[in-house]
Amino acid sequence: MNGFTAILRRDLQLAMRQGADSVMVVAFFIVTTTLFPFGVGPEANILARIASGVIWVSALLAAMLSLERVFQTDYEDGTLELLTLSPVSLEVVVLGKVVAHWLTTGLPLIVAAPLMAVMLNMDTDGFVVLMIAMLLGTPALSLIGAIGAALILGARRGGVLVSLLVLPLYIPILIFGAGAVEAALLGMSATAQLQIMGAILLLALAATPFATAHALRQAME
Amino acid sequence: MHRFAKPSVFLKLTAPILPWLAGATAILIAAGLYFALFASPIDYQQGDTVRIMYLHVPSAWMGLFCYVGMAICGAMSLIWKHPLADICARATAPIGATFTALCLITGSLWGEPMWGTWWVWDARLTSMLILLFLYLGYIALVNAFDDPDRGSKAGSALALVGAVNVPIVKFSVDWWNTLHQPASIVRMDGPAVDPSMQLPLALMILGFTGYYFVVLILRVRLELNERRIRALHLSGMFDDNAQDAEPYDPGHNAETSQ
Repeated sequence: MNGFTAILRRDLQLAMRQGADSVMVVAFFIVTTTLFPFGVGPEANILARIASGVIWVSALLAAMLSLERVFQTDYEDGTLELLTLSPVSLEVVVLGKVVAHWLTTGLPLIVAAPLMAVMLNMDTDGFVVLMIAMLLGTPALSLIGAIGAALILGARRGGVLVSLLVLPLYIPILIFGAGAVEAALLGMSATAQLQIMGAILLLALAATPFATAHALRQAME
Repeated sequence: MHRFAKPSVFLKLTAPILPWLAGATAILIAAGLYFALFASPIDYQQGDTVRIMYLHVPSAWMGLFCYVGMAICGAMSLIWKHPLADICARATAPIGATFTALCLITGSLWGEPMWGTWWVWDARLTSMLILLFLYLGYIALVNAFDDPDRGSKAGSALALVGAVNVPIVKFSVDWWNTLHQPASIVRMDGPAVDPSMQLPLALMILGFTGYYFVVLILRVRLELNERRIRALHLSGMFDDNAQDAEPYDPGHNAETSQ
């Protein structure tokens, strides 16, 4: 647990000092969402209809774009090598880095999401469910994305590659995340979708640190 | 099983098997096509378009079969570090991707006259499309490294993670209400396909599976021989200017060299 908090504190400190990273993710999220009204036209009812999907897709892309820096900089300057040699198990290190990634990207996205929902004219019935769904979904995005980020270490054109690896695995979260908001907007209960998202999160929490740690060990060989 | 992981043993074993397997595959597919196109009844609702099924179902089967095979090879290469398992996984990916694409294309061609649409976003079709993306991601990842071994290992891990999708494809028609029909061949109370259609379907599935193994063996042999040629080149055997170079040491491959 000590190792976990140490890693978490270190990554958060780095993110704070470099600063721009979280802002960039949110800016990317807002800019991407803003593109849709230009693309499909400004009619309020059409925007309200697609709002939940647009917000989820933009959040997915924003979370994915920030994945590269989870391990890449540490890999390049040799920190990762020392972390693999440290007595703290690599799975714990991975979990610490993922939590730091979520705190610096997932959390700002959740805060920005209602703002974009208002701008897209989404009905207020969906707001609470949107927030809960993102609260369950974005940690899973960070957890699953970490596998992709670890696999591409040392690869050519890693940034493009990570999208091809990670986006197919993100699709279930997109389906149930958008589905939950959709259900709430139609006045139905979104419990089923939220429960499935919770299940996905727990499964990812239990399984992905091992896969990511394994991929890191390969990259270090 | 570990005995067969030796490349030289693989080369020696598959050489005599290959022509028989290829012949059997050719006969199975020829017979399957004859029954599928001429000797099977037309469907009372679908007419002749039902014959698309004899390509569509085996392709879907092969798409999943190849992915499972790839994931098993990946697991074997991670657990026992078999060099042959790596090569098998790599060789399987393009075959599986092709069959998955074939399944989607034939399904689309079948859907147009039957459902009135080329594509619907229902669970079975979407999960099959994700399977295709997983194949493409695997192929891209494996080829993205300068060191092929590193690519194979990263690919093995991805293949195992992506295996989550296989049961989703299989059971998507039971878990969700889909336009795609529910499972009709592998199910508890026996197949729901008419016996006259089962024969060509079974022949085609067996033929496609045989085709996979023929192509797999060919691709693995090709890769092994390419590596051997590279080793010969590196040893300077083909270099005319280096008369005094060290002679190539065939090592453990000696028993199979012609």
